[in-house]
Amino acid sequence: MAISLTNTAAQHMARQLEDRGHGLGIRVGVKTTGCSGMAYVLEFADKLEVGDQVFEDHGVKIIVDPKSLAYIDGTEMDFVKEGVNEGFEFRNPNAKGECGCGESFSV
Amino acid sequence: MALLQISEPGGKPAAPKHRLAVGIDLGTTNSLVAASCGQKVEILPDDEGNYLMPSIVSYGTNSAPVVGHAALPAAVEDPANTIISVKRLLGRSLGEVSDDEQFGQYQFASTGVDSAPVLQTAAGDKNPVQVSADILSALAQRAERALKGKLEGVVITVPAYFNDAQRQQTKDAAQLAGLQVLRLLNEPTAAAVAYGLDSKDEGNVIVFDLGGGTFDVSLLSLQKGIFEVLATGGNTSLGGDDFDRALMALVRSKLGATEELNHKQTAQLKRLVIQAKHELSNSSSSELIFNDQTVRLTVEDFSAAVQDLVRQTITACRRVLRDAELDKDQIDNIVMVGGATRMPVIRQAVAEFFGKEPLTSIDPDKVVAIGAGIQADVLIGNKSADSFLLLDVNPLSLGIETMGELVEKIIPRNTTIPVARAQEFTTFKDGQTVMALHVVQGERELVKDCRSLARFELRGIPPMVAGAAKIRVTFQVDADGLLSVLAEELSTGTRAEIQVKPSYGLGSGEIEEMLQASQAHAQEDMQVRALREAQIEAQQLIDAIRAAETQDGDLLEEEERAQLDAAVAKLERAIADANKNDISEQTEALNKLSGEFAARRMDLHIAKALSGENIDSVESTND
Repeated sequence: MAISLTNTAAQHMARQLEDRGHGLGIRVGVKTTGCSGMAYVLEFADKLEVGDQVFEDHGVKIIVDPKSLAYIDGTEMDFVKEGVNEGFEFRNPNAKGECGCGESFSV
Repeated sequence: MALLQISEPGGKPAAPKHRLAVGIDLGTTNSLVAASCGQKVEILPDDEGNYLMPSIVSYGTNSAPVVGHAALPAAVEDPANTIISVKRLLGRSLGEVSDDEQFGQYQFASTGVDSAPVLQTAAGDKNPVQVSADILSALAQRAERALKGKLEGVVITVPAYFNDAQRQQTKDAAQLAGLQVLRLLNEPTAAAVAYGLDSKDEGNVIVFDLGGGTFDVSLLSLQKGIFEVLATGGNTSLGGDDFDRALMALVRSKLGATEELNHKQTAQLKRLVIQAKHELSNSSSSELIFNDQTVRLTVEDFSAAVQDLVRQTITACRRVLRDAELDKDQIDNIVMVGGATRMPVIRQAVAEFFGKEPLTSIDPDKVVAIGAGIQADVLIGNKSADSFLLLDVNPLSLGIETMGELVEKIIPRNTTIPVARAQEFTTFKDGQTVMALHVVQGERELVKDCRSLARFELRGIPPMVAGAAKIRVTFQVDADGLLSVLAEELSTGTRAEIQVKPSYGLGSGEIEEMLQASQAHAQEDMQVRALREAQIEAQQLIDAIRAAETQDGDLLEEEERAQLDAAVAKLERAIADANKNDISEQTEALNKLSGEFAARRMDLHIAKALSGENIDSVESTND
């Protein structure tokens, strides 16, 4: 069971945490939405909840709730630039399909 | 997939920017709109489930414009106020279209032959850009209803042969409709995207696009998943409509009707004929009833009636292969695009010519819009842009006018775009401070045989002797095929720039003719060019000798001067007679004759330069 980060993703997360000034790490999860069923959640984590799993990669703590982990276990996160857009990308081996906008995915 | 940002806990996740973008196939006869939904790009239907929207706009007296299917009845009942095939009017001048019988039912405002045609309708004057904008608006509304959101961008497809004026007008129409154009995409390129041919490693693909009003054939080359348009050809005034007209003529001769039909009857008969044509795609004969008369049509009748049109399409395929220097057995796939490619007679002819069956698995009416939709999704940032890269070509050579009304081509035809090319030019006269630049498009050697795109001037060139100034002219064609030209004087950095704006000059119909003419006149053009060049060289020599005579005339004996003047006069006559060999001979003679004079001038100027200096200072500067 693990979530991993690319070097670039870790650098961006560490920098954003530093800029924010506080926080334990980054919370990653899923919620139900969109046309294909589920969407990723990516937010700063200020506290741990019961059952949370914490993974550390390249010095950044990734916090995942147990329900979400089932859907995103094995995901590698990257930080990519696409033209003028940039942001985090989830490479989720569990996702079977994505909707066109990439907002949601199905397993 | 969409890229995520880290958001604050508990708050809504920063909405992954799902941006709505659609691809629009703005067709001559029908238009479509496609968007990415779920895992694939789909055509968005209207509320009644129709995918195709007829490119028809009806302008009634006191109502908003009626677009698409709803305007179909008006096309029959009120043809004067109902605009069909407006795409054929884009970028053309009134002079070109006013005598064209296909536009016979319209009233054009008398705005002058060189200006854009303005259609007089019950709802006021409408130009082709406004009509196109109304079609685009209708498609955008359809998309916004289906996608439940505001469109942030559109990709609009245009025929590969569209010239800069037509492309600009297409953009203008989108702007008028309040749409942001992400890119204009060549129709065949869009079709290839739709077939996912970019996922293959390599190969050559012919895109055979016989739409309602235009015929494009393009040769795409795939390499490592990247594809490039090697060559394009076709005929912007050939399409399914012409097949309809051919069939219409056949039906009318079978009806034996000699009396003129009014517009309403013509439109009615046309509808019956199109129906019969569709039936003939699936069965060997069809019957239609018009004015209580029954006409029976067979596939053979039809094939015979359209034989010439079919032959034209195959000729265009052959020409594209020749342009790209490929043989037909080097073609791996043939993609069929456009509703008219449903006709078995076309499929058979194409299969026969290339020796393999064309690809027809995607609905030929939808394939271009689907490709545009895929491209729109990529360009708006919803998909990884490196999934494929598109390259288009410049359909006609772009260049500038040089002395003697010759064309210097800067970006040759079929160069992949975007592209920037620069070339240095110089002044022709001593002390010249202004240079006029005339941007032209076409394949011929003389300016008069090419299409004028724009004129501008570079001012503030420092006065120098002829040929000393360096002016760099840069042509840049962006991904949409729009051209900007920059002229820069290199010593001072003085510059002038122009973006080629819509010029309502020659229309698309002529482009094919221009290509043919350039081949037909190749020999003659070469001779004219050689003549003009000789004339210019001769004139430059005469100017130089005249300037020298004025300055250092006293170096010449009277007799020498008379000889020189006689030779100059002889050369001037040769220039006027426009005999290339004669000019060359006389130029050489004058060159020889003036050689002694030039040598004396040189001696004099060196002597002048040295006088007043003692030998030591001369030697020391040589050290």
